[in-house]
Amino acid sequence: MGDWIFLNLTRFFAIFVLLMLGGTVASLIYGAWPSIQLFGWGFLWSGEWNPPMDRFGALIPIYGTLATSLVALVIAVPVSFGIAIFLTEMAPAWLKRPLGIAIELLAGIPSIVYGMWGLLIFSPVFANYVQPMLANTLGKLPVIGELFSGPPLGIGILCAGIVLAIMTIPFIASVMRDVFDVTPPMLKESAYGLGATTWEVVWHVVLPYTRIGVIGGIMLGLGRALGETMAVTFLIGNMNVFGGFSLFLPGNSIASALANEFAEAESPIYTSSLIELGLILFLITFVVLSLSKLLLMQLSRQSGRET
Amino acid sequence: MATNLATWRKIKNRIALTLALLAMSFGLFWLFWILWTTLDFGVASLSPKLFTQMTPPPGSEGGLLNAIVGSLLLVSLGTLLGTPIGILAGVYLAEYGKHTWLGRVTQFLNDILLSAPSIVIGLFVYTVYVARVGHFSGYSGVVALAMLVIPVVIRATENMLLLVPNSMREAAFALGAPKWTVIVKVTLRASIAGILTGVLLAIARISGETAPLLFTALSNQFWTLDMNAPIANLPVTIFKFAMSPYNDWQQLAWAAVFLITMGVLALNIIARVIFRASKHT
Repeated sequence: MGDWIFLNLTRFFAIFVLLMLGGTVASLIYGAWPSIQLFGWGFLWSGEWNPPMDRFGALIPIYGTLATSLVALVIAVPVSFGIAIFLTEMAPAWLKRPLGIAIELLAGIPSIVYGMWGLLIFSPVFANYVQPMLANTLGKLPVIGELFSGPPLGIGILCAGIVLAIMTIPFIASVMRDVFDVTPPMLKESAYGLGATTWEVVWHVVLPYTRIGVIGGIMLGLGRALGETMAVTFLIGNMNVFGGFSLFLPGNSIASALANEFAEAESPIYTSSLIELGLILFLITFVVLSLSKLLLMQLSRQSGRET
Repeated sequence: MATNLATWRKIKNRIALTLALLAMSFGLFWLFWILWTTLDFGVASLSPKLFTQMTPPPGSEGGLLNAIVGSLLLVSLGTLLGTPIGILAGVYLAEYGKHTWLGRVTQFLNDILLSAPSIVIGLFVYTVYVARVGHFSGYSGVVALAMLVIPVVIRATENMLLLVPNSMREAAFALGAPKWTVIVKVTLRASIAGILTGVLLAIARISGETAPLLFTALSNQFWTLDMNAPIANLPVTIFKFAMSPYNDWQQLAWAAVFLITMGVLALNIIARVIFRASKHT
């Protein structure tokens, strides 16, 4: 009897978690319904965000979300790879733990702290020193030069992307470190025995063996970056007009549009459009995080079979 | 030729390892810069008034008392609501549902919930609770924070229970204990330190959460303990004050950032100490 109650009690709460997720999707669709009906699929590629006229389209926030996340990944992936190599292959044993914890603490610092630090401390330094330097070097190159053109305002897509990179590094780095650690020592030792250098072991043995897990870790970082709210809200500039592809320009992301505008949205269709933005964000992150989870599951199954 | 190749390989190795060292320093550089800023500005703006006065209107002095108390209320109630749900669901995943479809699906989706954007959780609570009731409230903030606690606690509980050796379960079964007694008195008890670690990390996570509170608890300039009304809290206060042009407000925002960051770091470190101590016994 006690067993029956306990089993069903715990099962009830497991189902509860499913309902929580299902409820989130259902309630977002319900809230977004007026906007979905009014704007249809056009919502996804309309660049107009005009609250006084009640005309809404998601293109600019979607662009801002993807652009900041891509900037974050371009910086965070190589850095995390380096950190993972350092922690697994280079650091002396007594340093591994404290350094690993230090990197994990980066993930513990709340988003709002990154935001305030980014706005008041980092962005002035960025505008005065880093942006002019980028404009004078990368900005002179053909094609990608356009990305680094325009006035150095500090806040903007690039600035938000860089702070986002700092916030994403601990997630990607710790997955990479963990999957590097599952590489069977025998494989590594064989390569070392053949005279391979540390770099060759990492590049030709560890990385091919853990490739799926590494991609899973990058996807996890992407999922985190896409939904990151407060830091981006402080730094992206919250501009709803598309001015060009320069990363120096301010923009808007889905999450920061929600954080900034939701409380002041007056008409029902404005609120509904914002909820539809939330729905889009949830669906994108859901797909990205599912892929991440599937890849990591596949890696652990694969290494479980071989050992 | 052979020596050239060997030298080139060594040089390449040297370059790669130097870059790895630089990457590590890059990560630490930001950590120290942010912590230094927090300490520098935070300590400068600390004063006893923080803990005795309310958040002020622009241009006058004040403290953070209402926001501190509000945050403590929201975080503790959110944890109290979310923890038991998380532990029970985690028990199901580890002890009953390991090979059922319900267990697998829940486990998969829970990991997604763990990294899902918190602002969407806030939006969910807004549509099902705040919009129904018609006003922002402390209770809705508690619900949103509890929803962020649950996946963290589920994950910790499940992982810790799976680490308990089966021989312990078998020993208890052999004494004739029913399964639920085995779980409550043996396996859960054996993994209590790990679960506690998970709960502390969950508290650390929600202490700084801002986005979901924007749609739920909102904020309140005045003192209140009424959880059925908007209630002040540190994260939303930081958001409001940091973006403002008033110097007094920015000072208070730095003080709040200092309090939250120190609290979160302390929780992270305590959680690791407890976890480590439990592994050595």
